[in-house]
Amino acid sequence: MRNIVTMMQREVGGYFLSPIAYITMAIFLFACGLAFGLGVFQSGAESTLRPLLEFWIIVILVFVLPMLTMRLISEEFRSGTIETLLTVPIKETEIVLGKFLGAFAVYGVLIATLLLYPVILAIFGQLDVMLLICNYIGLVLIGGLYIAVGLFFSACTKHQIIAVLLSFALLALLTFASQGLATITEIGWLRVLLQQVSIRTHFHDFVRGLIDLNHVVFFVTMTGLFLFLTVKRLEMRRWQ
Amino acid sequence: MIRVTNLTKWYGSFVAVDNISFEVEGGGVVGFLGPNGAGKTTTIRILTCYHPATSGSATIANFDVFADSLEVRRRIGYLPESTPLYPEMRVREYLNFRGKLRGLDHSERGEAIRRVTNRCWLTEFIDRPIGQLSKGMRQRVGLADAIMHDPPVLILDEPTIGLDPTQIRETRNLIRELGERHTVLLSSHILHEVEQTCSRAIIIASGRILASGSPRELRERFSAQGRVVAELKGPVHEVEKGVRAINGVRDLELTSDNGWVRLSVQPKPECDIREDLFRLTHSQGWPLRELHREGATLEDFFVKIIAEQQQRKQ
Repeated sequence: MRNIVTMMQREVGGYFLSPIAYITMAIFLFACGLAFGLGVFQSGAESTLRPLLEFWIIVILVFVLPMLTMRLISEEFRSGTIETLLTVPIKETEIVLGKFLGAFAVYGVLIATLLLYPVILAIFGQLDVMLLICNYIGLVLIGGLYIAVGLFFSACTKHQIIAVLLSFALLALLTFASQGLATITEIGWLRVLLQQVSIRTHFHDFVRGLIDLNHVVFFVTMTGLFLFLTVKRLEMRRWQ
Repeated sequence: MIRVTNLTKWYGSFVAVDNISFEVEGGGVVGFLGPNGAGKTTTIRILTCYHPATSGSATIANFDVFADSLEVRRRIGYLPESTPLYPEMRVREYLNFRGKLRGLDHSERGEAIRRVTNRCWLTEFIDRPIGQLSKGMRQRVGLADAIMHDPPVLILDEPTIGLDPTQIRETRNLIRELGERHTVLLSSHILHEVEQTCSRAIIIASGRILASGSPRELRERFSAQGRVVAELKGPVHEVEKGVRAINGVRDLELTSDNGWVRLSVQPKPECDIREDLFRLTHSQGWPLRELHREGATLEDFFVKIIAEQQQRKQ
């Protein structure tokens, strides 16, 4: 447990000591601001973040979160620090969870800055607080999954650029393409699978203000699965 | 302290370490010596629990490196070959982070950081980002990290590579000092370094142990066969005839310059021909102005062993 906290502190520190966190935040804030200004903040429009959350935010997260996670483990492989890290008494699980929580903390800062928009909406209209809470639960869950996927690909290669591209590819497939692919698939089981793994479908109910246990379980198990795969990837060297 | 038994490591179809066994008992600096690609780093990575062995076993302080990996890792300090560090961290932050991972509490860490930065001449640089430090200073940071939890076993992989001569001397002195309290396994491809710092050397090439013993023993084993060089004044043919007649001469090279004849004699094993050579020149009345046995270095020994091994292969 102590090692997890140590790893997490070091990752959060690492983000803010390098330009990555600042660049990622700048891109994120700029893109969200643009989407809010053009899509939500219109006179006469409904006072809800729904247009932003329904589409723009997940597009932005698919691009921004892999940038946040790409260096987490690949950089340790590239610079060789993985060797010093794995030769102190720490378990692979602790490393992976520490890194995951470190990235998640930075993501928490990112989505906290989004609270500015509901505040603006509350000034000009009525704000549904329960809906907002529900939206945030959705954001926390989807962010966790995206970070776990990014972390897994970061553990697969020592090149950050490959890690980021593979994460983009898988996340874009799961988020946007799987529903479309499902409608054109002839094979029954594949269609069901593609429908079931569609992240956007699972996220949609949170945007509408619905907490369905199905979706919560989906996000939690998928996040757990990718974290598990990351641990196994690190342990693989012990079986080579 | 360190016990390696029939250790073998295959990478695909390439055998990096081939059935090696050795033992290191408490205290002292042990040199692990071999050319690049001999299997030193592979052995070290197995000992530090970073890679598994294909077969055979290794224990440190009676804990198996595979089964009790966490226990082993608690008892070793390891400096990898390229000294990988996080460039964005400051020295103090880095040591603090490593201390936490090793389970030192707040006050122990403060004390340990003070001690190791002093020991490794880092006190002035403690608040500098690691990325700004020179190669030599980074090496010291790695060493400080390896010794901060006062481990019984220290494993240093090529610790002086890339340092300037002053730093090399300082580092060697430090390693010698560390050998008084810790068991140090030092890998190197520089024989001179091992001769200077180690009380025992293990020579490894192509994944096999070729010889082991104190550097002095190893040198003596070889220098008993060192060439004898002499320079004397006399007629070339007679000198050659006279020297060849000495019992124990295996081979002879001879050059003459201005009436002086320079001899380089390869004696038979375990033979010292210097006395006979002196008697010969004395009885013939040839002035002798030089006579010595070439001090063989481990370097020669090493070259010879490797050459022999390659011959055997062919």
